Amino acid sequence: MITLNVNGTDHSLDIDPDMPLLYALRNHLQLNGAKYGCGLGQCGACTVIVEGKPVFSCVLPSGAVAGRAVKTVEGLGSADKPGVLQQAFIDNQAAQCGYCIAGMIMRAQALIDTVAAPTDEQIRTHMAPNLCRCGTHLRIFAAIKAALATGVKG
Amino acid sequence: MKRVTLYRAASLIVVAGLTFCAAMMWRPSIDPLAQAPTMDDASVRRGARVAEQGDCAVCHTRPGGAYMAGGLPLVTPFGTLYTTNITPDRDTGIGNWPPEAFARAMRHGVSRDGHFLYPAFPYVHYSRMSDADISDVYAYLMSVDPVPARAPDNHMMFPMNFRPLVSFWNLLFLRDDRLADLPDRSPQWNRGRYLVEGAGHCSSCHTPLNFIGGEKNSEHLSGGQVDGWNAPALTGMARRNNPWSTEQLVTYLRAGVAGHHGAGAGPMLPVSLSLAQLPETDVQAIAEYILSLDGDTPTPAPDCAATRTAAIPAPSAATTGTETPGAASTSAAPAFAQGEALFAGACAGCHGGGAPMRTIDGRPGLSVVSAATASDPRNLIKTILEGIPMSARAPSHYMPPFADSLDDAHIAALAGYLRSHACAATPWPDLLETVHTLRHEGQSK
Amino acid sequence: MKRRDAGIDQGRRAFLINGALVVGFAMVPGAGRAFADTEVDTLGTQVLAPDLPGSLRTNPFLDAWIRIDEQNVITVYTGKVELGTGVKTALLQVAAERLEVEPHLIVFMTADTALTPNEGYTAGSHTMFDSGTALFNAAAQVRQLLLESAARQWRTPVEQLGTQDAVIQCPDGKSMTYAQALAGVELHRYASAQSPIMAPERFTRIGQSLPRIDIPAKVSGGASYVQDMRLPGMLHARVIRPPRRGCQLEGIDQAAIENMPGHVTLVRNGSYLAVVAEDEWQAIKAMRSGYELARWSQGDPLPDAANIHQLLTQLPAKRYPIRNTVASSPGPADSSAHSWKATLTKQYLMHGSIGPSCSLAWFNEGTLTVWTHTQGVYPLRAGIAELLGLPLEKVRCVHVEGSGCYGHNGADDAAADAALIAMAVPGKPVRVQWMREQEHLWEPYSSAMRVELDVTADAAGHLGRWNTELWTTPHNERIVNAGRLLPAWLLAQPVAPAPSIPIAQPEGDGDRNVIPLYDVANSRINMTFVTQMPFRTSAMRSLGAHVNVFGIESAMDELAAQAGIDPVEFRLRNISDPRARAVIEQVAKAFGWPARAGGPGSGIGFAFARYKNIMGYCAIAVQVHVQRQTGEVVIDRVVTAVDVGQVVSPDGLRNQVEGGIIQSASWTLYEQVDYDPAGVRSYDWSGYPILRFPALPLDVEVHVLDQPGQPFLGAAEIVQGPMAAALGNALSNATGKRLLSLPLARSGWHRSL
Repeated sequence: MITLNVNGTDHSLDIDPDMPLLYALRNHLQLNGAKYGCGLGQCGACTVIVEGKPVFSCVLPSGAVAGRAVKTVEGLGSADKPGVLQQAFIDNQAAQCGYCIAGMIMRAQALIDTVAAPTDEQIRTHMAPNLCRCGTHLRIFAAIKAALATGVKG
Repeated sequence: MKRVTLYRAASLIVVAGLTFCAAMMWRPSIDPLAQAPTMDDASVRRGARVAEQGDCAVCHTRPGGAYMAGGLPLVTPFGTLYTTNITPDRDTGIGNWPPEAFARAMRHGVSRDGHFLYPAFPYVHYSRMSDADISDVYAYLMSVDPVPARAPDNHMMFPMNFRPLVSFWNLLFLRDDRLADLPDRSPQWNRGRYLVEGAGHCSSCHTPLNFIGGEKNSEHLSGGQVDGWNAPALTGMARRNNPWSTEQLVTYLRAGVAGHHGAGAGPMLPVSLSLAQLPETDVQAIAEYILSLDGDTPTPAPDCAATRTAAIPAPSAATTGTETPGAASTSAAPAFAQGEALFAGACAGCHGGGAPMRTIDGRPGLSVVSAATASDPRNLIKTILEGIPMSARAPSHYMPPFADSLDDAHIAALAGYLRSHACAATPWPDLLETVHTLRHEGQSK
Repeated sequence: MKRRDAGIDQGRRAFLINGALVVGFAMVPGAGRAFADTEVDTLGTQVLAPDLPGSLRTNPFLDAWIRIDEQNVITVYTGKVELGTGVKTALLQVAAERLEVEPHLIVFMTADTALTPNEGYTAGSHTMFDSGTALFNAAAQVRQLLLESAARQWRTPVEQLGTQDAVIQCPDGKSMTYAQALAGVELHRYASAQSPIMAPERFTRIGQSLPRIDIPAKVSGGASYVQDMRLPGMLHARVIRPPRRGCQLEGIDQAAIENMPGHVTLVRNGSYLAVVAEDEWQAIKAMRSGYELARWSQGDPLPDAANIHQLLTQLPAKRYPIRNTVASSPGPADSSAHSWKATLTKQYLMHGSIGPSCSLAWFNEGTLTVWTHTQGVYPLRAGIAELLGLPLEKVRCVHVEGSGCYGHNGADDAAADAALIAMAVPGKPVRVQWMREQEHLWEPYSSAMRVELDVTADAAGHLGRWNTELWTTPHNERIVNAGRLLPAWLLAQPVAPAPSIPIAQPEGDGDRNVIPLYDVANSRINMTFVTQMPFRTSAMRSLGAHVNVFGIESAMDELAAQAGIDPVEFRLRNISDPRARAVIEQVAKAFGWPARAGGPGSGIGFAFARYKNIMGYCAIAVQVHVQRQTGEVVIDRVVTAVDVGQVVSPDGLRNQVEGGIIQSASWTLYEQVDYDPAGVRSYDWSGYPILRFPALPLDVEVHVLDQPGQPFLGAAEIVQGPMAAALGNALSNATGKRLLSLPLARSGWHRSL
């Protein structure tokens, strides 16, 4: 049994310690946010926050996350009550197919949580691990800036 | 008489000493050029090649900064200094340097205005370059896009913040020893030596340094350390267990993945990306020279998987439930199980036996790569912590960083697990402590 | 995720069951015709009502599109699907506008073979063109019929009636719901060729940027994709593919795999391999074992990348004349005062969908249901039925969103995988997810191409001769028979793919947009359509337009330079279409053409195209800086103007244009599939790098030239060609060297300068 702390709640799961966190979240906690994009730590669609840092959940074995605070996009807000960053994505219509977006939001949230006033270059460098194939980068960037401008970490 | 003579003699000696010191520590300024020089296209093209041989951009370009505009911090035991702007900007770069000033800097470590350059700039090696090469790289640098950029001030510890003291360091370590070709060696070998000992300045990293930062010549190319990474010995590479072939070394040096050995990571990656820009003949020359160097450390150890002729299946065999010989016996079972689980969940997607980089690209399994068979776990651990960056404009042997996902105990377990597959009889000791130290040293990363 | 019960309404689909679809697979599509009709050709949907607009031609019954139930819930059906372009929201706007109800009162259903019209593929920028037009008309006609029904019941002139929130109102206060008015109407009737008119000035929804209905769920972990579906008792599957094409399975230790935890089943049929397990991670581990334990024959060698464009000229092919026009009168003597001949090339590209293909299938009580992100549920359904030997009516394909596909990616193949595996575990739903490397290695690529241009202009800068020869492999290998599904090739009894045929002009295949919109004196254009493909290729966003527009616009700049005429002026001198001129002039003005930023390596470039010469107009100007020693390219500024007819959602349009600019920049500057005789090396993102945030253009400006009342022209593919061309022209301007080979700016490109 592995105990995962996800969005503030402990869950006791009957899973093998080698199971990447991505599958624990999706298949054992029914959380859809983190996505399978590559399973290789190359695209960031699986990005979640662990102890304040953005990580690739597809190459993070569950056994190594036991007891460490995990935050997913579901922990930021819901469709009815979106968090600050989620609202900024909605306001900027920052999605085309949307598959990369949950990962983008978590990567960005980690920056917002730790750096008060990042420069444009810092934002771009910080977001580099996450891929978007539809080319929504400009709107994602605008949404991040909008969220930063509110001054609320969310 | 005696006292006066003594005083006079003493003062003469003091004066002579001071004069000597002054002469030592002072270099004249060379007048700046009135206008930008015009360069010959062919010289510029040749110079581009020399710049890659010398890895100028690796130090003189900071991440996110303009090409050759400097500003990269170099952390030395004597403090932090920042690389200079060597674009031809006239105010902040070297745009007004005549060729003689440039050659003096390259051979003697003296700036145009006469101040001494710190030997982090490897002029002790560049001094061996030919006049033609120095002239060509000058032409190239003069053709680079000029960028106005001033490096931040250095933070060197006393007394090294007093630049003229470098002149004494030079007395000890700067030789005027241009290498003459050895007639009993091939032209390619001589070319390789010229590149390695000159522009390539390999021994700046691959030789141990003494306490004042000079290379220990008696241990030339026997290995060193840079930015926390081991720069392994370049001697004896052809005669070790698991020897390097010319083809493998050339592949490695040109930023490829060498069968049975692995790929460049850490500080070697940008060097190999530079070498990849050179004509392959240059890199073959380098390889021929390096592989000719004798050494007596027979790494990896005889029991290592890499030493045996057949490639041992990679640890992914563990995911199929089949036993890997010798693996479990040398580690405590729970730690091994943890390492195995970590490997299956974090690594096997790329490094497992059935993964495409193994089956399509033929990349070596982790049980035979240099990082796993080295006596020091440093490079393996650093690679796990930092990953290998992805290139934006070309294929690369990227690896994600694990510093934020895995803690010290996990990485130690993983390293121990991999070592048990690589060299079961010689496990690495004190892994947890080593991981902890490596994670925290050089916090700037 | 709502699941409709799998009862297939035979009555509504009567016109299809008339053998049309079934027969369609026994013969070459278009029986004897040399070309496919369009990319969206449905192969079996017959044109039943040629006079009707949009997809009403093939689906003329009004109740195929709109139904109203007793609770007054309006359900609108489209045969198109949401690929991530926001088109579902746009279609909803169109239907809501003409039904004159708020969008939230409509339940909107996308393609499902059990429920919706057959509109072929969602592709080729046809969605608004076909489905938008059909809904625009059908919704208006349905509303009118309901009003007339109420008018009859109330004996009141219909002109006096109004509607609000799906309720019809009479001036004297009487009201009835749409559902009540339906009682006097038979919606199972053909639409008419004429629809009630609504002047564009009256639009309240079309032309507004309705927030996309799918985005809130996508930013908060809602179940939005086929990857998110969870069915009761669902099993997880993974496929095990050979190392390369042509490999035969020689052996695999089935027992070792089936002994793994998770009740693993190995599915094996000839060289087709898959594993099924209870848990997804168990399936992945079983798959990894399968990859290690399977033994394969050598397979087919791959072509030599260095000579691929030469090879294209030597392979079995058919030559198609595309254009042969001669000037009606001989031109001036100096008609060839300026001339340019060049060969341009493009490498194989991949769609690179960010989420590898995924599908669910469930064979239950004799019916197979497949949930898939295919672009065409009807053709896929027929292909799967043929593959499995099932009657058509026993197979249902339901579209559920996947990640952006940008054309024909692995979606259909993954659906076939799910279907095959589901048949092996009857009664259980199966979810199959392709791995990243499987998508990279097995998706149909976009063809490598070679274009030879031979063009002239006279001294006054008017185009004279415009000749082009082009070599390409197919851009439309869609599911016209089971053999077009990749898994079919691996079976013990493989199915061969139907012969490849190109899509005819004016839509075009590899020859899409090869004909310049400019006025030329005479023109000879031919396409050599290579039928023996070194790699399987199929449709990717804009098809041949990417390299063809790159070629045309490079030629325009070259001729302009020779004539000493500004590139924008040169284009205006040779084009008369006022809407083309409008976008060109708008961009030139907004960009400040020909103002160029200072600094070393600065360059500007301009390009224009009308997609397929019949769809959306797009002009683009870019400002770049090239770092000449490293080859790094910074895109400082992009200005574009687009005209897509009546704009349905301005923000949706902008989103598509911005995205297309970035995607095309990535294709054009950096992308190519890497391969050598041993295999494809681009098996993941490290081997196929695409543009990331640090390389983002710094400033992108989109101008929309709305054309109220004009037909919907489609937006998704208008930018790819012009952006590539503008970049090519800008890099040439920055470096002084004409660049002819895509991609333009990979590592080391600057050494050729």
